[in-house]
Amino acid sequence: MFHIYCPYCEEHREEEEFHAKGQAHIARPADPDACSDAEWGDYLFFRDNPRGIHHELWVHAVGCRKFFNITRHTVTYAILETYKMGEQPTITAESLARGEKAGNVQAASGGQQTVGASDAAVASVKGAQA
Amino acid sequence: MSDVRMFDSRPATAVDAESPLAVSNLAERARRSAADPGVTLRERAFLGHLILRGGAIVLDEAVREVLGVSLPARPGALVHDADGERSIQWLSPDEWLVIVPEGEAYSLEKRLRDALGDAHFAIVDVSGGQTLVELSGPRAREVLMKSTPYDVHPRHFPAGKGVTTIFGKATAILRRPDEDRWELVLRRSFADYCYRWLVDAGEEYGLAVEASGR
Ligand SMILES: [Zn+2]
Repeated sequence: MFHIYCPYCEEHREEEEFHAKGQAHIARPADPDACSDAEWGDYLFFRDNPRGIHHELWVHAVGCRKFFNITRHTVTYAILETYKMGEQPTITAESLARGEKAGNVQAASGGQQTVGASDAAVASVKGAQA
Repeated sequence: MSDVRMFDSRPATAVDAESPLAVSNLAERARRSAADPGVTLRERAFLGHLILRGGAIVLDEAVREVLGVSLPARPGALVHDADGERSIQWLSPDEWLVIVPEGEAYSLEKRLRDALGDAHFAIVDVSGGQTLVELSGPRAREVLMKSTPYDVHPRHFPAGKGVTTIFGKATAILRRPDEDRWELVLRRSFADYCYRWLVDAGEEYGLAVEASGR
């Protein structure tokens, strides 16, 4: 049995009640008509595949049916935090690399982190997402 | 005043209504009920079920005015009115389930719409889409423990709580109106399956079924 904390139901619920919906914090371009094919293709099809911290969109499909975000480690599968739509993660690849402790989480030494979960990527979508 | 058109989906004329459990033949199983049952199963058919959606603050005012109870804002909360016949349950941050006695749903919906006026909200009468099954008896919790991954220990699931969760291989709303009873709100298409699951799961504790008579 494996439990996930739903930030809306405010309790841990069985994993069977949830579905994963891919990478989080992907902002839809404000003006799709003004996009180049490359930009639009990027938005539609291209996703990060980091070794390490990954911010993901999940849905509590059988419970409150709300979407929310999970920060997950793709090597250990550990869920580091869950947070509501419109909120930003407190744990990122950079914050771990800087040695900031969040709860009982610490950066693995030498871990390869990609840009997918970077502060810059998060900052670039700030305000743009629902 | 809202400009939404409404119609009474359950007219007072002599139109036959069928509960989602009409095909399950509870009356037949009731005749083979255990003498000293550990679990008693009873359907409460034809209740009025309304889904309320909108902001908690706006809905709270209307619900207090019309039903005389405040909207449960806490996740998983279930509240009843003074005589225990009407309930409101938190389903999600902007969604509540109201269950009222048979025949009250239409007038309640109208009064809520009048109270809410032009506010941003939605009310849907889902009475025909689901039914309520009640479990009681000293072994009722053990039947639930076999049926859902949700923790039904009294410490974790006190009276006045309700959750939408997995039941068997289907989904259901599981609620605990008081210390002695559990309620399952079942979708029409899952009702027969869940009923048969309960009969099978309850067999070993001595099961009594009470049929509603129609
Ligand atoms: Zn939830």
